[in-house]
Order: sequence, then structure tokens, then C-alpha cells
Amino acid sequence: MESILLLAHTEADGTLAKPALEALTAALALGGELTVGLVGGVVEPAANLAAAAGARRILAVTGEPFTQPRYATDAAAAEALARAAGAPIVLAPATARWSRALPGVAYRLGGRIDSHATGLAEREGAPAVNRWFYRQRMEAVLTRTARPWLVLLDAGCFAPWSGEVAGSAQVEFVSVEAPQSRTTVTGVQAPKADEQTIRPDAKLLFVAGAGWTKKQPDGAVHVEEAQQLILGMLRGAQASLGGSKSLVDLSGEGQAVLPFMTHLNQVGQTGSTPRHPKGLSTCCHGEEPHVVGWRFVTERRAVNLDPNCGWSRGKADVVYVADAFAVVRELNRLLG
Amino acid sequence: MSTTFQIVVCGSIVPDPLQTLEPVTGPAGPALKNEMMLPAVLDPWASHALYEAAHLAQSQPGSKVWLVSMGPKAKLQQVMMTVAQKVPFELVALDGPASGFTDSFATAAALAAAIEAIPGLDKSRLLLFGGWESASRGAGSTIQMTAERLGITEQFQGVDRIAVREDGSFEVLERIEGGRHQVSVCSAPPAALGWATGFLPEPRNNPQVGMANMKTIMPALQRAKAATAADPGLRFVSVSLPKQQRETRIEKNMTPEEIAREIAAWIREE
Repeated sequence: MESILLLAHTEADGTLAKPALEALTAALALGGELTVGLVGGVVEPAANLAAAAGARRILAVTGEPFTQPRYATDAAAAEALARAAGAPIVLAPATARWSRALPGVAYRLGGRIDSHATGLAEREGAPAVNRWFYRQRMEAVLTRTARPWLVLLDAGCFAPWSGEVAGSAQVEFVSVEAPQSRTTVTGVQAPKADEQTIRPDAKLLFVAGAGWTKKQPDGAVHVEEAQQLILGMLRGAQASLGGSKSLVDLSGEGQAVLPFMTHLNQVGQTGSTPRHPKGLSTCCHGEEPHVVGWRFVTERRAVNLDPNCGWSRGKADVVYVADAFAVVRELNRLLG
Repeated sequence: MSTTFQIVVCGSIVPDPLQTLEPVTGPAGPALKNEMMLPAVLDPWASHALYEAAHLAQSQPGSKVWLVSMGPKAKLQQVMMTVAQKVPFELVALDGPASGFTDSFATAAALAAAIEAIPGLDKSRLLLFGGWESASRGAGSTIQMTAERLGITEQFQGVDRIAVREDGSFEVLERIEGGRHQVSVCSAPPAALGWATGFLPEPRNNPQVGMANMKTIMPALQRAKAATAADPGLRFVSVSLPKQQRETRIEKNMTPEEIAREIAAWIREE
């Protein structure tokens, strides 16, 4: 197997986040000689971990300009690490930071890049990458002869590396002059902790469809109650909230629907493809453009008034034909 | 003070999301069965980028929008009949593949060459827009490589908002992990923005805009140069449809209380 460079950016305390640990597992499994390239303000804890995991060489770019997630500086750091390592295969977790910067680095290095890799295996001495096409509708295995070959690994596809970390690693610091950038990162906008509806590590994905905003059996719309029930469910189950496009679009069109439901919650063809062990769909018809976003949700159940909805046609494990308002009201009582 | 931008949106066409897709192997590698027969739409993320570009151009008088699109000429023409009615733009067409199996490196080369050839383009005022994903390959890398080829090193991905300030700088909201947004300020163009969905609704069809656009779209399609996006070093070992079909248990006679108890127990299972 060809030698491998694993790129990782460190957290503020110098450790590696879960996606980087997953990528470390993938890199070790591939079997080539491993160099780990670190970027961040503090790198020693990550370097010690990489050494304990078996990395032959540890390179690092540090300094204040490289602490900010910004294209110009991240690309410069990654390019310098790749040139110093000289590895034909470059792996990295598909974090927002690396997904932004590494395609440009691939161009600078004269290499190629593949994103959203969900599997990685050795094939005739070279890596073969699994990835999905057409929004998770078909899966392909591909190889390349061009080098360097950069591969961004999707989160949740490999077990995070774990092991005993002892001693201190020898780190080769790579000097990089920070490029002039016209971009300043000014902060992060996040919902308040008690308003957080997207929880990537949640065990349950709770999907609300447009049915929550439609007329109920009494002929009236009960959006206020729908809000309370959905938020209660998220609290009780510590679930992550997903939405169908139709419901999210209603919110985007300025209608007073579910104020906490945004495009960030949208799951499916034009939304996200989250990875949760379980998914519960409510008031959603299970149309194909939405269900492609469930490709990596292992166990699936749905509550819908229509026994012939899309979920009933082999897309869910269990479909309960029932009123979601009544079911979730009772669920909240049990989970609360 | 108003800042004028020259906004180039890159976006291709994809099969209508409601179509059933099946892979086949052709002489040039994998493709879709009956690909030329499938109804197509402008890629959803590229559409968002185009609507955002038009909105920005409208708010910054003197700005202009181009749509650079690579795809089979006949399909492009078909899709443009609809897209043209949405917002004002000038089309730059490339007659080439729009397949999901096309390589992003080669695509970026073709797009960058087409952008370089736009008459009178002032790169110091350039905003390069596109989708951060696509409904075909979902490469998430074409815009960055196109921008690098054009010498643009201020780049943003997963963008949901751009807000131009009085001094001509602009604030950008990018999606990051955990349903959060990173906020950055870029002091001036050029810059590249890969759009997520943004916050704008889809514009209504406007026949007047459509008629104005079509005056430039048809000549652009006639002028479209042939483009290739092949990478001889890329080999697909296999392409297959997922075979998973679940045995669905349909419960029609359980009470809400019984259902809730069963779901609660399922949620609590390790």
C-alpha cells in the first residue's frame, strides 16, 4: 500500500474531534505508512495520540492565523503539509473546514479529490473508495491513478480510534507564511442550548412532515400544539429534528408554521443525509426525494394516517397508521 | 454607497428528483439508463445560487449575473425555457456532459476557461457562485477548483446568506457542524461562494423576464462550444443500486397509547 498522509485540525485544547478519530481508524486500516499532519493552535495532545496509534511521522502547522477555520490559511497549511509529507494518498475527515479547503489544495498539488467517501479498502495495492451518487440513489466503488489523491471521509462511517496514549511524540513543525487574506472569521451563530434542534450525535432522528400544519379531524389547524408536541418530543428523546422539503419551504415562505424548522433541518434530496441509528417519521408521506436522505438511518419507523404512504412500501420497518398528534402526545408523557 | 458585482453562477442540470434512476455501463464508463430521455431540472443548489445572485444584483445596482452551465445542448435548451422565467441572467453554455460520473477536476477546468472568456469580465469585482453540493455527483469540490484556476483565494462553502455592508465588504454565513453558522467578513471581491439553500423562496415565473432572457439564451446555445470532462485516470470498479427493501410491518389497529408504548420501548433499546 502507498504511504498515507492523514490531515486533521485540532480542537482548541489540542485534541482530535470524533471525525478525525474516525479518519485515523480508516487510515490505519488501509495499511500504508502513515504520516499525520496537524493544523491548529495547540497540537501536542493530538500528536501524542497519533504516535500511540502508530503514525510514523507527525507534521504540524501551528500559529494564530491557523487557528481560524478560513479557506486561505487552511489551504496554505494543508498544501504545505502535503508537500512536506510527499504522500500519494491524502485522507481527511469531511469536516466543514476540510471540505471547504481541500479541493483547492488538490488543484494546487496537481492531484484529484473525492468527497463523501463512505468506505475505503485496499484493492491491488491502491485504495478503492466507496461513495454514493445522485443523492444516495446509487453506490459506486472507484479508483484513480492520479496522485496525490485526496479523499474526504464522511463522518459516521468508521469507528473512532481509541487506545492508550502515553509519552510525548516527536513533532516536525512545518513553517508556513500565513497568506494575506481579506476574510476575518467573526464568530459562530448557534441556537441557544435549549433551542438546539440539530443534534448530529443523537440516537434518534425525529422527522416532522407537512401534515403537522394541515387541518386535523376537527377541521382546524393546530400549529401551536404541533410546536409544543414536536419540541417536547425532542426534549424527551434528546432527538435531532429533521423536516421534509414541503414543511421547510412553508417556513421559508414566511408563513407562520414551525418557527424552529429551517432549511438546516431538511432531510432528503435537497437536504442532508444524517446518520442516526434510529429514525421516526411523523406526518410525512415518505416520498422518494425525502427518503433518499434516510439512506444511513438504520432502523426506521413511521406514524402516518395513510396506510399506503411511501413508508409502507418497503422504506420503513414499521408503519403505525394513526394520528401523530395523539401518538406524540402520549409519547411525550412516557418519555418526559 | 453601492458596490457593483459581476456575479458568475456555475450550475448544471440534473434528472428530475422524482425520476427513477438506473445505472448502465457504456463505452465511456457508467451512465444513467435512458439519460437523454429523462426530464431534467437545473440543479437545486445551483438554483439557490442563481436566485441569490439575482437578489444580490438587484440590491446592488449596476451588478450583472451570468449563468455558466455545462450540459448536453439539447437538454440545456429544454431546462432554460423554465429557468429563464425566474430571474434575469446571461447564459454561457458549454456543450458537454452533465453526468454525475463526470470528474470535478476536469469540469472545473472547462468552467474556468469559459469564465475567462466572458467578454469584459472584471475579475476584481467577481463573485463566483455555485452549489456546495449537487444532485448528481455531489462533488462539493468543483467551485473551489474553478476558483483556484481563476486566482480566487477567498472562498466560502455551505453559504446561507451574504449581506453587503456600506463600505463594500460583505458578511457571509456558512453552515458548519451541529446546525450552526460560521460568520465571516470579507473586505472585498473577488470571492467564491458555494451555496447551501439560502433563505430565499423560489421566485415566481415572470414571462417578461423570460422573454428578455431568451434573447441571449438562444444565441448562447448556438455558440456553445463542445467541452469534455473526462479523466482517464478515474476508473469505476462498480456502480449499483442499493438492494435494501424492508419488510414493513403495518399496524392499523393499535391505539395511540399502545403505539406510544411500543415506540418508547424501541427508543430506549440500546
